[in-house]
Amino acid sequence: MSELRNVTIEINGHEYSAEIEPRLLLSDFIRHEAGLTGTHVGCEHGVCGACTVQMDGAPVRSCLMFAVQAQGHSLRTVEAMNEGMDGALHPLQQAFHECHGLQCGFCTPGFLMSIEPILPEAADWDERQIREAIAGNLCRCTGYQNIVLSVQLAAKRMRDGEIEPPAPDAPSLAEA
Amino acid sequence: MKPPQFDYHDPQTVDDALGLLAEHGEDSKVLAGGQSLVPLLNFRLASPDHLIDLSRIPELAYVNRSGGRLRIGTMTRQSTVEHSPLVADNWPLITEALELVAHSQIRNRGTVGGSVAHADPAAELPLVFTTLDATMHLRSKGGRRSVPVSEFFLTHLTTVIEADELLVELEVPPVPAGTGWGFSEYSRRHGDFALGGASALVTIEDDVCTRARIGLLAAADRPLRVEAAEKVLEGEAVTTESTAEAARAAVADINPTGDIHGGSEYRKQLIEGMVRRAIDKATARASR
Repeated sequence: MSELRNVTIEINGHEYSAEIEPRLLLSDFIRHEAGLTGTHVGCEHGVCGACTVQMDGAPVRSCLMFAVQAQGHSLRTVEAMNEGMDGALHPLQQAFHECHGLQCGFCTPGFLMSIEPILPEAADWDERQIREAIAGNLCRCTGYQNIVLSVQLAAKRMRDGEIEPPAPDAPSLAEA
Repeated sequence: MKPPQFDYHDPQTVDDALGLLAEHGEDSKVLAGGQSLVPLLNFRLASPDHLIDLSRIPELAYVNRSGGRLRIGTMTRQSTVEHSPLVADNWPLITEALELVAHSQIRNRGTVGGSVAHADPAAELPLVFTTLDATMHLRSKGGRRSVPVSEFFLTHLTTVIEADELLVELEVPPVPAGTGWGFSEYSRRHGDFALGGASALVTIEDDVCTRARIGLLAAADRPLRVEAAEKVLEGEAVTTESTAEAARAAVADINPTGDIHGGSEYRKQLIEGMVRRAIDKATARASR
């Protein structure tokens, strides 16, 4: 039995403390100790990207880290995405919603965490660049086409300063 | 799956890490960025008694130049080197190859030293440092030694690093003026392990190639520098014909391992094509 450790980990601005085994994966700490089940666990060996979270602002695989390694770092998960937005969706979430960028939704939190930091640059990207940027996340439903459209729409709206969610009569994607 | 149990150590200094390695060497694994080791633990293909995590040792993470030579601390994240202007301006082969290393999420955690010490012959960084004639600096509690990259890789996932030793720094000599660079690989999807690839450095003076370095990815049990191909280019102007001849020479003696993604003969032809592309890129970028 390896020695238990007391850790305190900051996630979405809150501190979560627990006594854990060093072998506890960060993904399992987030889900089972912090109770933040928006972070999904797919392959558990770093291939699928479903467990992607942001550590100190940078997307990382939470299944390829031990929870003890996250102490002293600042984590952000999908639950924090629309914080302070008064119940509205983050522009990226809104774009996924409008463009049908998800079907079963299992992979979506990982996509959102991976894409959010690159949105400021992605407005000028062509489709190939976007596809390369999302290559680290697997989706078995959409065929990626609508995820690419979601990224394009969100990036364009954020560049143009349209960060409010669109009104119900907003132009459809085809006209945007 | 979940990793097996282990005793976890997170030393704060290199000396402490070396002390732990001296004590637990054979029964331990060093954890750098964990992007290769943690999957092995999750699959329970590795089950060390002790895990020595280097991520709390700030003195092992740096990129700088001294005496004209690039020095990279073993724990420097791959994304840090990828975005380093110093590296992009002076050793652009490293930058070009890093963009092909897995995905950005992996490079944010993965380290330069970790990838090199892991010694996967299909990984980009071991090949890049082979092509660049790097020197590996190792330390143990008892002392330190420096190993030229040509003697560093032994076979699949195996280097000369002893159980009580730590790879602490990678040192890269300056690239001669007028040198062009090229790194080419083919994978089914962006970020996957490459089925084959090549790297090249070509120095051109007065339209004549004065120095060439050519290395092969996923061609053997370790990153392979092919001097026979370099000799084809050196001393002449680089032409389409000499490039093709160099590529043929590069793969003449290789026998890559075939698998479900591609047979041996296919991979050999693929690597030959990647050598041509790498030389083409390098030649086009060489100032003459």
